[in-house]
Amino acid sequence: MFGYYLDLALHSLGRNRALTALMVAAIALGIGASMTTLTVLHVLSGDPLPGASSTLYAPQLDPRDMQGYQPQAEPPGQVTWIDGMNLLQAKRADQQALMTGGSVAIQPAQSALHPFYEPARYTTADFFSMFRVPFRYGQAWGASEDAASAAVAVISSRLNDRLFGGRDSRGRMIRLYGHPLRIIGVLGDWRPNPHFYDLNVTNYGSHEGVYLPLSTSQDLHLAHLGGADCWGNGGADATPAAPCVWLQFWVQLHTQGQVAAYRQFLVHYSEEQRSLGRFQRPPNTRLRDLMQWLDYRQVVPGDVQLQTWLALGFLLVCLVNTVGLMLAKFLRRAPELGVRRALGASRQALFVQLLVESGVVGLAGGLGGLLLACLGLWMVRRQPADYAPLAHLDGAMLLLTFLLAVGASLLAGVLPAWRASRVSPGLQLKGH
Amino acid sequence: MEIRPILSTLLRHKITALLLIVQIALTCAIVCNAVFLIRQRLQRMDIPSGIAEHQLLQIQFAYVGDRPDAYAQAQADLATLRQIAGVQAVALANQLPLSGYAMSNSGIKLRPNQQHDSLEVASYYGQNLLATLGVRLQSGRDFRSDELLDLKSVLPALHASDMTRLPHAVIVSQAVAARLWPGQSALGKTIYVGDDIPLQVIGVSGPLARPDDLQNGPQYSIVYPIRLTATEGGSYLIRTASRDREQVLISALTALEGLDPNRIVLEKRTYDDVRQSFFERDRAMTGMLAGVIAAMLAITALGIAGLASFWVSQRRRTIGVRRALGATRGDILRYFQTENFLLATIGIALGMGLAYGMNLLLMQHYELPRLPSTYLPVGAIALWLIGQLAVLGPALRAAAVPPVVATRDG
Repeated sequence: MFGYYLDLALHSLGRNRALTALMVAAIALGIGASMTTLTVLHVLSGDPLPGASSTLYAPQLDPRDMQGYQPQAEPPGQVTWIDGMNLLQAKRADQQALMTGGSVAIQPAQSALHPFYEPARYTTADFFSMFRVPFRYGQAWGASEDAASAAVAVISSRLNDRLFGGRDSRGRMIRLYGHPLRIIGVLGDWRPNPHFYDLNVTNYGSHEGVYLPLSTSQDLHLAHLGGADCWGNGGADATPAAPCVWLQFWVQLHTQGQVAAYRQFLVHYSEEQRSLGRFQRPPNTRLRDLMQWLDYRQVVPGDVQLQTWLALGFLLVCLVNTVGLMLAKFLRRAPELGVRRALGASRQALFVQLLVESGVVGLAGGLGGLLLACLGLWMVRRQPADYAPLAHLDGAMLLLTFLLAVGASLLAGVLPAWRASRVSPGLQLKGH
Repeated sequence: MEIRPILSTLLRHKITALLLIVQIALTCAIVCNAVFLIRQRLQRMDIPSGIAEHQLLQIQFAYVGDRPDAYAQAQADLATLRQIAGVQAVALANQLPLSGYAMSNSGIKLRPNQQHDSLEVASYYGQNLLATLGVRLQSGRDFRSDELLDLKSVLPALHASDMTRLPHAVIVSQAVAARLWPGQSALGKTIYVGDDIPLQVIGVSGPLARPDDLQNGPQYSIVYPIRLTATEGGSYLIRTASRDREQVLISALTALEGLDPNRIVLEKRTYDDVRQSFFERDRAMTGMLAGVIAAMLAITALGIAGLASFWVSQRRRTIGVRRALGATRGDILRYFQTENFLLATIGIALGMGLAYGMNLLLMQHYELPRLPSTYLPVGAIALWLIGQLAVLGPALRAAAVPPVVATRDG
């Protein structure tokens, strides 16, 4: 029976080629646009560390002076050197890391290569275990290297490929601004997106090539890169003494009890600093987990959300358009349907027959939409945005596209098929 | 034209007519808002930088290793650049208008101990800055060269709150002057920055856009009498005739690398490139919005034409009867045109309400202003026109139906 219906459907669709093409194109355009934007949105609002993100928290304190004070305004998103060090040494969380970004000049040993700049991360040791950073060779440094400002470095596999041709480079030296550091580890593939632990550099697609102890970066006077917010007479220069926030601090907490205790600790710490005269404002703290942090920092660009809404609106217009055309088409065939009814076809049979016809249109549109989405994503990848290279279709979005196509075709088919299957057999015969 | 028969025919095709109305309403609402968004972007991309855009080059270096002699090096570099044929002026600047990279911002107060800043401005500094940028002074004077302080000595003085070694003069843009002292001359007025460091306004400059954060007032900027070097993040700016830019850029790079090969070029571009890349995303968004508008109008037009074709072929017999009873071709044509006009009008009326609703939602979530009511007639006229054009073909076919059809079977 289905084969027969399919035959009828193709025959009927073939009779109005232009119209069929219009309906298929409308659905394809709508689905293509929606899937492109939804995929970008999905990629950008993804979890950078699945499985670990719910245990990672970004503590916030308010160390600013009373200039511009407003009760309960958001505290800064970074910490000062002094507060960062105090919180780090308090060790109130399971793991904690204090870090900041930099950009370092690397002088390769091979004279064939020119010196070049590489993004760097200056951090304390827990960074690697807390963020589950995979290693290809060697391992991270430990607390003793942090304390000793050891001249050691961990490099990314990309930089390892560039400098050492991908070989195990442990024990080799890397020269930053002329200072030699001994390589103790090479990372595996690690590119969390968004760049959650420091959103001051760029939100997406930025990945450090060199990691070294924060204390070492201070000893070598390596310049800091990223935002610095200063108050009083701090002129945007990120030094330990300046009244500026310029470091990121992250903690790992495994239970709700620990989270509550850490919140308490932040308030107590602020009160203590206030009584010491360092803080002037009343305690104003936050403790957001990773996903809340991304949400608060609004990492997903507003334009991307706007484009998604626009594309969904467009899909709706395309669907309404197709439903209208399909309905008109089916009703135009009322006489033919009436004859079939009079010859004994049940309403249900007519409904199924028409649904097959609209389903064919929907599926063709869905397939076209999938192709258009691939084209759309290719166009997104050529855009001048930091997130552009990430725009790829993944399994989940492929499934969603398929569901959207089936859903759209059903939506576009059910109403017209139901309406047209209700023709009364007698009435249509009379005219003939 | 009698409307009642049209209405009664439409009532027999309730669902189809309703779908068409919904489609027109949605299209109208989305098109109105999308056109408004495009207008917003175009306005943003139109912001004047205030500088001689087509005559400027930017070169930025990074250095390998420490540079104790950076200030001497900077003077040597600038002197060398001035020697190059075609170079009109050179400067070292901390940041550039509309470059997307804000190196320095300041909160301005009008009185010491003021609780909240009066204005948040972009702070420019560098040597020979305004002259090279081509920003004219509207009143007052530019800094004398002996007024300029070195950044490396200003920062320690700032931390030590040593007022004697800090700048005392400032130049503000006309937008800042008009905002802080409306109707008065800004010259001689005092502003306070940081921990109440007083600065006297000695000049008011023409427009000078900020590097970023345009939402804080695109033209709010001030200039400090401070000198910096390339090691402190400064860029070399070169002013030249626009036709000489390429040649001068090559000569300048060669000359600077000749002076010191041990530096890495971070930027070498014309200011036109700077501005171009700053607005790249807005341009992309504008293109996407325009594409969606075009696609949506096309789909709606084709939908209207398709539906009208159906209705025409379905009513061939009725049309024949009407023709036989004396209706002219014009009557039939006008019948279908009026029908479409009615549907479009209902759709547009609904669409306007919908457009306002969408705008309210957008305002809540994306810092957009209210949709000006002038956008609504634009959307309405567009849809009326498209509806009439789309229905014209089928309506002409309907008018061509001969009266004799009435006598034939079905």
